[in-house]
Amino acid sequence: MTASTTEFGRPQADQKTVPRSRIGVPRLPVSIWLSGLVVLFFAIAAIDPSLLSTHSAFETDLLNTLSPPSVGHLLGTDDIGRDLYSRIVWGTRQSLLIGLGAMAVALFGALVLGFTAALGPKWIAGPLHRLLEILLPFPILLLALLFVALLGPSATSLLISVGIGTTAGYARLIRAQALKVRKSGYVEAALALGHSERTIFRQHIAPNAFRPLVALVTLGIGQSVVWASGLSFLGLGVAPPSPEWGALLEAGKASITVAWWLEIFPGIAIVLVALSFTQIGRYVQDRSEGNLQ
Amino acid sequence: MMDTVIDHLNEASIESGIGESVLQAQGLNIWFAQESGESRHVVKDVSFDLRAGQCIAIVGESGSGKSVTARALVGLAGQGATVAADRLALEGETLLDRPEAWWGSVRGRKIGFILQDALVSLDPLRPVGKEIEEALWLHKWGTRKTRLQKVRQTLWDVGVPEPDLLVKQRPGELSGGLRQRALIASAIALHPDIVIADEPTTALDVTVQAQVLSVLKEMLGRGTSVILISHDLAVVSQLADIILVMQGGAIVEAGPRGEVLGRPRHPYTQQLIDAVPSEHTKGTRLSPHGGAVAQTLFRAERADLADSPVPLLDARGIVKSFPGPGGLRRTVVKDVSFTLARGETLGIVGESGSGKSTLARIALSLERPDSGEVRFLGRPWSSASIADQRAIRRRISVVYQDPLSSFDPRWRVSRILSDAICLQEVMPRGQVEDRAVHLLEAVGLSAAHLEQWPLRMSGGQRQRVAIARAIATHPEVVVLDEAVSALDVSIQAQILDLLSDLQVQLQISYLFISHDLGVIHHMSDRVLVMQNGRAVEQGTADDVFRNPQHAYTQQLLASLPRLEYANLRKAAAWS
Repeated sequence: MTASTTEFGRPQADQKTVPRSRIGVPRLPVSIWLSGLVVLFFAIAAIDPSLLSTHSAFETDLLNTLSPPSVGHLLGTDDIGRDLYSRIVWGTRQSLLIGLGAMAVALFGALVLGFTAALGPKWIAGPLHRLLEILLPFPILLLALLFVALLGPSATSLLISVGIGTTAGYARLIRAQALKVRKSGYVEAALALGHSERTIFRQHIAPNAFRPLVALVTLGIGQSVVWASGLSFLGLGVAPPSPEWGALLEAGKASITVAWWLEIFPGIAIVLVALSFTQIGRYVQDRSEGNLQ
Repeated sequence: MMDTVIDHLNEASIESGIGESVLQAQGLNIWFAQESGESRHVVKDVSFDLRAGQCIAIVGESGSGKSVTARALVGLAGQGATVAADRLALEGETLLDRPEAWWGSVRGRKIGFILQDALVSLDPLRPVGKEIEEALWLHKWGTRKTRLQKVRQTLWDVGVPEPDLLVKQRPGELSGGLRQRALIASAIALHPDIVIADEPTTALDVTVQAQVLSVLKEMLGRGTSVILISHDLAVVSQLADIILVMQGGAIVEAGPRGEVLGRPRHPYTQQLIDAVPSEHTKGTRLSPHGGAVAQTLFRAERADLADSPVPLLDARGIVKSFPGPGGLRRTVVKDVSFTLARGETLGIVGESGSGKSTLARIALSLERPDSGEVRFLGRPWSSASIADQRAIRRRISVVYQDPLSSFDPRWRVSRILSDAICLQEVMPRGQVEDRAVHLLEAVGLSAAHLEQWPLRMSGGQRQRVAIARAIATHPEVVVLDEAVSALDVSIQAQILDLLSDLQVQLQISYLFISHDLGVIHHMSDRVLVMQNGRAVEQGTADDVFRNPQHAYTQQLLASLPRLEYANLRKAAAWS
């Protein structure tokens, strides 16, 4: 029941032909506004922490050790009197960089492996697909642990480990998408027109296979921050005195009985970042799914 | 207007001497609430009077409101629908504002409803027998044993050859025809007085369609009343006593079959009848709209073409098989040969599964034949290397049945066209756009469509864009794979006219693949009939259709419902 079908006669040219953007201008829900604000706050903290911090992140104040949250120290101080709020702000850059970097590593690996497993020659695509399936049931943390053990604990190895750990999942998704797009009518039409396989990959397969993943990437950044903090907390990533959030948790756990804030506030920072990226990712996902089909 | 229509209907019913009224509608209106808060008036003042043993056909194109009308008669108008009528009564009882529970006792028992698509209407996980038995069980009919007996009997009645086998099978295991008959069986198992059939034969091959139509005919003979919804005038002309023509939600013409088809009074009815392609329409225009194609295109002139006696396409002994279930290979094309000369149309006709689409893919070199070869202008084509094939590809293009899926969803019309245009030669941006506009004008669209999304265009417009893309590379051959099968008859008429115009102007050859014999006869110079992968008959269109040699061709032609009245009228007009 399409009302747009013109009954008889040439289709009218003067019907609504104004190109509309596919996403339009949606009215953003409150949760997205809040998530946006959180992301903005941490983005500023990552770019220039001195804009937001109230103290130095490393200056000790032995007269004010383990003081609870107050006007002078918004989120309290740690066991050698460093301002916790400022430490969280200064640690943002490293935590976010690990999250984004891990995502970038995962995405790069996933694109290469996923497209090869879908479109590569049989002798490599087949075994690669099996390998990806074998990797899937491994817990991400366990895989990352393996790589940290191989590379030694540092921010870089943390980033690479989390990235590699999450690669297999994304690679499988890209493979499935690429296979679907390759079978589509428009790829066949392009083939019939005489386009080269390289052009078809660049024009059709790559962009259309990647499109549904945009939302997943946003979801994945929050996840990566959590994984990286988790590894740091286990002492496998960035070590104290760095203010990286996982390291903050690790450093604070000794005093948890007397200074709850040392665990609660870095924890809240991690949760806020993960939650905000997830909210935004979900939203992007809903919008694009509603408009793709 | 309405009064005269009703008078006319009463007159017609009296004339045909058929029994008392069973279903009456007077001033039926249906609105749909829309998201914007307004409501859309989809059925406007529809009236009819169905009598016992009578068949009323409602004819119209998509969006005309015919299906909604039918659904309203069984209380299934849908969510957000408002149904109002001066009178809507089944054997004297009103059908308006009835609770769902009441409908439960009416559907199946008093009114049987046959849906269009049996594949989605039957539960894929349940044996067909169970499905039909449930209809009986719902109405507390008989015991389990008598019910099973009844199911078999009903299946036998609708022409299922082996009811005992069918009751145990699941819908996926059945052919389209058997499935449709199973669905009819579930609708009529309780012998309802009225059967409403919504496009009952639309997705079916002609031979199967003929079987389904004969089942409906038999039911009419037994005194069942039928409301037949269809867009196919030929099907309607087989069964209907009364024809209602709907356009934009309203009845524009109503009357006995002979009068509506033979002496249509409304211009829309006239257009519908004229738009049906058949042997009588060959060489004529089907649609009253749109003159010849704008003279903006150039004929492809290539050195190797000039008066070449070699056929454009020459396929010899094509065989193609695919791996089937159980490790067996299924041969779908068996030793088929054909040639295609310049400016000629070769029609390939056959039922679903006959291998005609595989043959098309081989002609396009999208599939390599197992044996045999297709040559293009005497040069290797199907056996050429990928690089050599690419050089030829732009000279053989294709239009599919579903244009939308052949467009990248991220692309607007302008990008779709420029992608094909730039394949030919690199040219500056402004020139590409000029050429895109020329192409759009040549297919009856305009520059205003350049920035549109195909998703937001109508089916006919999309197919025009697909044709514009197909001719953008100056091809000598265009393969049309069921290119007009999904379109409404009037849109189909426009597209067929367009294709004929383009052929004359550009000297393109068409490989025209369709299951529709009328379309094939209208378009083709020569015809190839396929059955189970074999070319059973080949010859000029008139020879094959007027004097078929092979038994299968004869059977196909015999199953084809014909628009007798319209042809009589045309013959009269000629003399």
